[in-house]
Amino acid sequence: MKMNKMWRVLSAVMIMVMILSACVTPTAAPTKAPEATKAPEQPTAAPEKPALQIPDVVAGKFNVAMVLIGPHDDGGWSQAHYEGLKYVEANVQNVNVAYIENVPEGADSEQVFRSLARKGFNLIFGTSFGFMDPMEIVANEFPDITFIHISGYKSNGKNFGNLFGAMESMKYLAGMVAGARAKKDGNPRIGYMATFPIPEEIRLGNAIALGMKKTCPECTMDVRWINTWHDPVIEKEAAASLFDAGAQVVFTGADTPAVADVATTKGKWGVTYDFVGSCKAERCLTAPYWNWGPVYAKVAQGVIDKTYKPGWDYFDAETNGLGLYGFMEGQTLTKGLADLDPEVLSMVKDTLAKMLKGEFTRFDVFSGPIKDNTGKVIVPEGEKLQQADLDQFPPGAENLKCTYCMKWWAEGINAELPK
Amino acid sequence: MDLVIILQAGVASGTVLLFATIGEIFCERAGVTNLGVEGMMLLGAMSAFSVTVATGNAFAGILVAMLAAGLLSQVHAVITIHLQADQVVSGLALTFLGTGVSLVLGEGLSKAGTIAVLPPITIPVLGWIPFIGEIFFKNQNILVYFGYVFFPLCWYFINRTRPGLHLRAVGEYPAAADALGINVYRTRYLYVLVGGMLAGLAGATISLAISPGWFSELTTAGQGWIAVGLVIFARWDPLQAAVGSYIFGALRRLILDIQGPAMLFGLVNPFFANPYYGFFLQMIPYAFTVIVLVMGSREAMRKRLGAPAALGLPYIRGQRGA
Repeated sequence: MKMNKMWRVLSAVMIMVMILSACVTPTAAPTKAPEATKAPEQPTAAPEKPALQIPDVVAGKFNVAMVLIGPHDDGGWSQAHYEGLKYVEANVQNVNVAYIENVPEGADSEQVFRSLARKGFNLIFGTSFGFMDPMEIVANEFPDITFIHISGYKSNGKNFGNLFGAMESMKYLAGMVAGARAKKDGNPRIGYMATFPIPEEIRLGNAIALGMKKTCPECTMDVRWINTWHDPVIEKEAAASLFDAGAQVVFTGADTPAVADVATTKGKWGVTYDFVGSCKAERCLTAPYWNWGPVYAKVAQGVIDKTYKPGWDYFDAETNGLGLYGFMEGQTLTKGLADLDPEVLSMVKDTLAKMLKGEFTRFDVFSGPIKDNTGKVIVPEGEKLQQADLDQFPPGAENLKCTYCMKWWAEGINAELPK
Repeated sequence: MDLVIILQAGVASGTVLLFATIGEIFCERAGVTNLGVEGMMLLGAMSAFSVTVATGNAFAGILVAMLAAGLLSQVHAVITIHLQADQVVSGLALTFLGTGVSLVLGEGLSKAGTIAVLPPITIPVLGWIPFIGEIFFKNQNILVYFGYVFFPLCWYFINRTRPGLHLRAVGEYPAAADALGINVYRTRYLYVLVGGMLAGLAGATISLAISPGWFSELTTAGQGWIAVGLVIFARWDPLQAAVGSYIFGALRRLILDIQGPAMLFGLVNPFFANPYYGFFLQMIPYAFTVIVLVMGSREAMRKRLGAPAALGLPYIRGQRGA
């Protein structure tokens, strides 16, 4: 009798599932059609994709795995990395690439990294700040496998390396553009949607403010903390909060281009981030973006040739790893850029050209005199922040003390930091 | 920080909770707890967005969302009403099922791009009233306006009409209702379906109106659970459900807007000075849900709050006292 009941339940469930899928699939299918630029078939992402399926290696090839915090097609951070991985596949000889998406930070990710290592991947990229500690643990268990962590600040000097780039340079330029835009629109207010109070987010916010002050000395910047890297719904709400509080141009520090969608409905301007394709909305002003392809290819080739030594690898714009949408080769100015003061545009173009040649680096962005938002001089005239200052809170790591550190808001930022 | 803006945004995002909560009220008033609201909302959000992208018609999207979620709710109905299985277990399973199905079918949908979402409307005359008008009748989505009409009608239906009386009878004392000739099984199936359809509508409200798009399980981010908690908070009453929903909607926006001003009521604003405090505000709706559900699981407390007497109990015809 009991058995009988169970079968009835089970069959009812099965029938419902079938009805449901029959019902909804035809409607869902057309949306998959525009996937014109489909990548060469990933051997990895299982078609039915139950959350964290560990991909397989291909024997005889150099196997590269990538762990993403969001979906690979999020239109922002994760997609930029995913495109980089595709570049590696196309440009490095004899590689097999695989990725896992939607991996939460913390303990879950540790299991993912360990499983990938057990499968025998030779090089594993982890692309979110919170993957840092799990990767460090797993890297020490598998000394023959190279682990490269993006953002963050740790390395074991052997097989666990840190890799990041001077996005502050691009945010600085975007700040100039945004300042000019806000000034022209007669509303000298900028908004910055920040994720977590960590040195990276503060550094990028400060770079925006320093750029903004160059073109719009009267501009101020509001900040909203959202305490997440990837949550499109909260990102939209935070953008709306900043716009409603009076901001004319809002920057996002999070993963998706939600800010530009909100800007379009509000008739203001959004600056997206991360991915070259993120600046599609009508009211997207520009996008400082990552071009991970060449960077990843170099690392992968270096690991194959045994010439790459994991450590603290920080690249500037001359590696072609960074870009500013609308200003790079082959791109045209967006609607919001086109009618800006030509002087500002040429200043941005000149500085960008210098950056791409390596003549203007992140240290030039953060060169004195710099005041904080209480009027105190942080960096005196003639001084520059050092790498130790750029990505650390005071007092810095034990063997790498920082002098100025990154726990201050630049002049014009209307916010505070925890004591 | 502007109170009008916070409340305006609160009424908009509270509409999602309103539909889901009232749906669950119907379901529980008939004596069936359905913890699968989150799953049904996700399925609704996904199918609404998907259909709207495919057809360009948002109302077709809403219709399909309601049908899909309503259909899913019938899984729960069959298991708990017909097969008399445990409602809590079945409801939880429904959440997993709904979440899983919508993630698989929604794969790749997130980049579908811009679609014709429902436009915001300002109602003339009413929208010009200061404060109240600005909050409720200015730049709100059509679904938000529908919510204003909908919750009083639900209250009237439950408390003042004959079918509403039958609904309450089935939830309070199904044996007596049966004796009066009310078909208990049919009534329960019907209101589980209504609950499912309204959860689907809540999902569609997110993906078409309040924050357009499909963002996998982050689309609802636990709002279905908050709705389940709100039912107890509202004491199974649509009017109180509306108040609770709008307050919780406003809280979502308050968390962000409160970070703006340096001073608050003449004091240093802690949310301005320290971003970590924001975590506590973000936690409130979920902590509330946990507390309310714990309270609501106690028999004595449930009686005091006025829970339907037969809530959670399967009705077996001919069995004494059931």
